[in-house]
Amino acid sequence: MTETLAANLAAVLFAGAPLALAALGETLSERAGVINLSVDGTILFAAMAAFAAARTTGNAWLGMAAGALAGALVAGVLAVAGLRLKAPILAVGFILTLLCRDLAYFLGHPHARQPGPDLGVWAIPGLADIPFLGTVIGRQSPVVYLSLAALAAITYFLYRTRAGLCLRAAGEAPRAAFARGIPVQRLRTLYCLVGGAFSGIAGAAYSLGVKPGWGHPQGAEGAGWIALAIVIFGGWRPSRVVLGAYFFALIQVAGIHLQDSLPGVPATIFQIAPFPVMIVTLLFINIRRSGRFRDAVQGLPLLGRLAGKPPAGAPGALAGVLDQDAA
Amino acid sequence: MTKPPRALAALGIALAATLGVLVLAQAPPLTTLAVLFGGGIDSGAAWMKTLSAFIPLFLCASALLVTYAAGLWNIGVEGQITMGAIFATGLLRLPDPAAFPPVPALALALAGAFCGGALWALLSGALRVHGRVHELFSGLGLNFAATGVGLWLILGPWKRAGMASLSGTEPLDEAFRLPGFAGKPASMFGVLVAVAAFALVVWLLRRTDWGLKLAAVRQNLKAARLIGLSPGRRMLEAMALCGGLAGLAGGLLVTGLYHRLIPSISGNFGYTAILAVLMVSLAPWAVPLSCLFFAVLLAGAVQLPMALELDSSLSGVIQGVLVLAFLAAGRLGLGARFSGDGS
Repeated sequence: MTETLAANLAAVLFAGAPLALAALGETLSERAGVINLSVDGTILFAAMAAFAAARTTGNAWLGMAAGALAGALVAGVLAVAGLRLKAPILAVGFILTLLCRDLAYFLGHPHARQPGPDLGVWAIPGLADIPFLGTVIGRQSPVVYLSLAALAAITYFLYRTRAGLCLRAAGEAPRAAFARGIPVQRLRTLYCLVGGAFSGIAGAAYSLGVKPGWGHPQGAEGAGWIALAIVIFGGWRPSRVVLGAYFFALIQVAGIHLQDSLPGVPATIFQIAPFPVMIVTLLFINIRRSGRFRDAVQGLPLLGRLAGKPPAGAPGALAGVLDQDAA
Repeated sequence: MTKPPRALAALGIALAATLGVLVLAQAPPLTTLAVLFGGGIDSGAAWMKTLSAFIPLFLCASALLVTYAAGLWNIGVEGQITMGAIFATGLLRLPDPAAFPPVPALALALAGAFCGGALWALLSGALRVHGRVHELFSGLGLNFAATGVGLWLILGPWKRAGMASLSGTEPLDEAFRLPGFAGKPASMFGVLVAVAAFALVVWLLRRTDWGLKLAAVRQNLKAARLIGLSPGRRMLEAMALCGGLAGLAGGLLVTGLYHRLIPSISGNFGYTAILAVLMVSLAPWAVPLSCLFFAVLLAGAVQLPMALELDSSLSGVIQGVLVLAFLAAGRLGLGARFSGDGS
């Protein structure tokens, strides 16, 4: 019983790792004031690049590096078009998401359905042998450790370093930050690239770990959109964003189990389940953030207490773009 | 000194980028481009394929002009096409083909397709207007949901007698198909529908109060609310019309092309239409041209796997690169503007 639970928790950590990586990258980018809608395409493109590089060199970690580079490259196009040339950034991001998806399938054609290296499993000395914990976290794919390390690093960076403060200032109050001598535009470009690299690592985590290999379709389609929704869901805070990633991973894992117990239902139904859930969670979180809801709830004795503090909103520069006011 | 048209500059950038991609994929660049463009225009049959792609593309692009006019990012067109196709198939399964006259049956099915798409779009619109969920997320989520509903119907309640197969539902009775064209089963009736829909949309947006109100909502939501334009209502109307036209495209795919419900019947037309509209920066007069061009690419791309062992997604790559090139050319001030009102 406990071993099954441990195995399931391990599966959630595993399935949630790429989502967490992509969502953390997008959190950095959005906290700096750049909405990068290209995450979904970036993940696929980077997954292809990572697998192709790993297959050519025989080294999965070189593949991971190629994935990060591919992600930064896509973000670079977004930065040039959206930040430097000032083209509408939502449009550019959306075009990039479609373009990268097709580019991945076109360039990845020779690598489709081929065997290739993956990242394998790491056994952490000392931790791996502890009964329950060992299964959950002691013998995991490197992508799990990568996602946890990214969470710790990004949280520390955002809230405990001066550079993190500058990043938040660029997204929260760009004019004030600029007046205080912070190079807003340069920082935004930088963190857009870093965020893109994280999406790229997420793509590599799919093709070298969670959904190994490359094919048409790859199996990670739509993950980037879930990651984008998770950032809103998590209120642009790294720890909550990662919790959101595990929530969606839980749905995926539960889907796999339900699939076994309900063999009559086509598998695709379980694969699409996260998307309606995504809509409902956004609905829930945005209604909780709305002023009208808070006013209505305030007067009620029990609900008013339960509603608690308003959930964190978007960074100042993005307010209302993706979590808009009702019309 | 007169500059060359901006479109030429953008085409140049896009061509260079496409050649780069082809070299990277170790494909013969000129042969590939020849297959890609020739496959859509080099024979009567090729033109039929191009027009078959042009119908849903042009309908969806016209539909998107409405939501863009209201400042909405409707990326749920794929799902709206699928819902239209599902409604049309469902309605045509009801009557007995021997007893029910085909013309009213087809008219009802297409009207049902319009309603199906409109309902799906209204769901997305209501989530935006009343639930504060951005239409990007609801649209995308509902696309996946519509695909799921379609698959469930194909493999479950509407499966072919004796076997559930991904090849689709039982084909429609001959009587319930739109008439073919020039001896081919594909119907060209949709071209008329698409052209009529485009004319209607342009008239609504350019010549009516309603179009003006949508523009007001797009340009300043707060001001529109203050002067009593009820932006929420206008957004829902725009979504409904857009979804309806997309649904009609789905209905035409069922009755005029595939003659049954198949998985992923929306065939990326919804996403491609977004690119077709963005490429010409929403300038209505240029939308038919961009749609026709993209349709040629789509029809030609189908030949790529067989002729050159390349993935057909090359058409999507070229489309994406083109749109980015047009955006960049506009921002860099390359070439002369080709439209008085393009932004």
